[in-house]
Amino acid sequence: MKLPDLSTTITDGNLIPGNIMARCFIDGNEAISRAAVDAGCRFFAGYPITPATTIFHQMVKMLPPVGGICLQGEDEIASIGFCIGASMAGMKAMTATSGPGISLYSEQISFAIGGEIPLVIVDVQRLGPSTGSATKGADGDIQFLRWGNSGGLPVIVLAPVDAVDCYQLTGHAFNLAERFRCPVFIASNKEIGMTRESVELAKLQLPPIIDRTTCPVDQPFLPFQAPAGSDVPYFLPIGGQRLVRQTSSTHGADGYITGDTEQIGATIRRLAQKIDKYIDEFSFYEMDGEPHCATLVITYGVTARAARQAVAALRLSGHDISLLIVKTLFPVPVKILQETIRAADRIVLIEMNLGLYKTEIERLCSGREVIHHTRMDGELISPEEISAVLRP
Amino acid sequence: MTSLLNAQRPPVFCPGCSHERTVHALDQALGRLDRAGNQVAVVSDIGCSGLFDTFFDTHALHGLHGRALTYATGLKMACPELTVIVVMGDGGLGIGGAHVLSACRRNLDITLLVLNNFNYGMTGGQCSATTPAGATTSSGFLNRLEAPLDICTVAGAAGAPWVDRLVATDRQLSERLAGAIAFNGFALLDIRGVCPGRFSAHNRTSLRQIEADMHELPPADTIVAANQRPEYSAHYRQLAAAAPACLPPARIEMRRQHALPRRCRILLLGAAGQRINTAGEVLCLAAMSSGLHASQKNDYPITVMRGHSVSEVIVDCEPIGYTGIDKPDVVIALAAEGVARRRQIIGALSADDLVIRSEGLELPPSQARIIDVPAATLGIGPRDQALAALAILCSQGPAITREALQDGCKLRFGGSILDKALDVIDRCRS
Ligand code: SF4
Repeated sequence: MKLPDLSTTITDGNLIPGNIMARCFIDGNEAISRAAVDAGCRFFAGYPITPATTIFHQMVKMLPPVGGICLQGEDEIASIGFCIGASMAGMKAMTATSGPGISLYSEQISFAIGGEIPLVIVDVQRLGPSTGSATKGADGDIQFLRWGNSGGLPVIVLAPVDAVDCYQLTGHAFNLAERFRCPVFIASNKEIGMTRESVELAKLQLPPIIDRTTCPVDQPFLPFQAPAGSDVPYFLPIGGQRLVRQTSSTHGADGYITGDTEQIGATIRRLAQKIDKYIDEFSFYEMDGEPHCATLVITYGVTARAARQAVAALRLSGHDISLLIVKTLFPVPVKILQETIRAADRIVLIEMNLGLYKTEIERLCSGREVIHHTRMDGELISPEEISAVLRP
Repeated sequence: MTSLLNAQRPPVFCPGCSHERTVHALDQALGRLDRAGNQVAVVSDIGCSGLFDTFFDTHALHGLHGRALTYATGLKMACPELTVIVVMGDGGLGIGGAHVLSACRRNLDITLLVLNNFNYGMTGGQCSATTPAGATTSSGFLNRLEAPLDICTVAGAAGAPWVDRLVATDRQLSERLAGAIAFNGFALLDIRGVCPGRFSAHNRTSLRQIEADMHELPPADTIVAANQRPEYSAHYRQLAAAAPACLPPARIEMRRQHALPRRCRILLLGAAGQRINTAGEVLCLAAMSSGLHASQKNDYPITVMRGHSVSEVIVDCEPIGYTGIDKPDVVIALAAEGVARRRQIIGALSADDLVIRSEGLELPPSQARIIDVPAATLGIGPRDQALAALAILCSQGPAITREALQDGCKLRFGGSILDKALDVIDRCRS
């Protein structure tokens, strides 16, 4: 930007009366924490890890004064284990970590899936593999979140773009965890979690809060029996009036170990179906432009910010171009993807990893080419980089 | 005395297994304490001891190997009235060692039963953390290489306020269990027994021998005087009740008009201790109080008190998308450490761009216009140079006005620090 010379500078600051647009200066991690507490989360446990640590810092400031519990586990396994215990006692619980911590969570994540334990898990992704770079961003964990459980059952993964999304998607994450009794991931990124930005927080609204459905007093309770017309069992808390059984072993509706293959198969199918069947009800996305377009850009996460800029600039110079920002990564929102892909002439996918979402898009393209741009070196993908890919 | 045993599911252990004794003793202990089933949660681990929860008509949580204490911790914190009993074997003790130590240190009111039979029964008699070096196991000679763990000594050293050790056939078992459960704090019982299924066939371990060996160990007599202290959950609630309310994030009111025609990207390059991040934040707050959007990305090494400190600030009248800075409009260069991180970017600056730098700092050659911070002349110390550079920026274009910068300082600082900051801005007026 060329700096105009001194003569154009306002020298007298005119005070603006009133409060036209009071913004807050917060990062994605703070937005997630604030939303969690606003959504009714009263239990948090975590182990320090950059770039997720500030969620713990925020929660330890926010929860105790409102009667909530915030614990620092001896490791990641303990932290998510605390959350599982608290969730089974009926509390809304959240934990936060980064890639190395997700590795340690893995076995407990499988438990939360099989035991149908509501839980919100934040992954503020950093550059991997392994210890990688603590203060560099990447979106390298998304398939790890999807498949990092033994058994390969479906999970829900939401991907925010900025602090505003962090706030709103966290609200949705709690609702989905409660509604479907399952772990829900927020796939954030160092570049969102630790970047502060001006946000009109007061304007943001969470979706109406959903709580897990409890068993009516006059009905018999089996901990893993889905009531007629539903795929999700009633919840009752451990520690309540009626006895509750929870187990990580293959179980029947009564919560005891079973070897009955018919019952096992039915339960496994129900665990998959309760998530997959309802994807159209929580397919979060942002469509910028018309589906019928010469070029459709698909992206997610922090890269969407650069893509918005690149697309806006190209549109100004006359390109027929649209942008689809996917915010529910898993289950793959097939319907919305198919509709938009079908209407576009050319498909471009931009990702801040080695191309982890490519097969998900390709399988919906019926053999059509997907132009693909990826970057995984700790740097953000810039609008210029995207423009260079998009220019025909 | 009512029993909490599950009439439908009697114990299914191998004949002679010590676990069965413990099931009945635990039931009697809960009876002695008059606990109803819904006042108790049995949290079980993996292995033969992991079947424990199914034998009781209580709340039950059967989880992953070694992690039983983690669920119990969450449960107990969420539900302080609940009697929480954790049952694990010597296998769970080994794999979950960090959780056992932490539970000792934490002193949450949980009772941990370690059903110690010196081997992994369920998986086929491998050596565990407690297997004697002379035992025969299915792990070949490996147990001869390691020293067995005496968990009571370890737990006492780790801060457990109650440790007890006894054989499963001890007549006092249910009484001692009741004592541990009634104790308001973390209690650990090392309950030693036989595993006829896997261990006894290859080892001449009688209960009598186990008992004799046990007496060779340092005493573990319930209350550990040195470790008596407040129970974790009650203590947490006491401290939490005194915690100050967490305020919502500050709302930055728009106080002034800005005259910024388009996005301005400011790169602050310095070293630890130069308050680079703080200056970046003040700049953002200043911009926001003029109705602008702002974003800030910081980069510093894990050694926060040494090395580079880089802050990337964008201010714009439009919402900010991409937060990276590939081509800055302004570079504030205050230390070689920061400059070294962005040499290429500085080298590519054009004649329209501005660099405000520390006097004498070497920069890669570029087209940019350079202004020095006359720190010595103005009497500005090294920690205030970043703010001084911002004050100089005020006179150089529309990115920020002096009044807005003062607003930013007022939002960020208070008291004497604010006075000093305002003084620095004032000195740079000339
Ligand atoms: S294998 Fe050992 S511990 Fe397991 S039930 Fe048999 S005797 Fe008991």
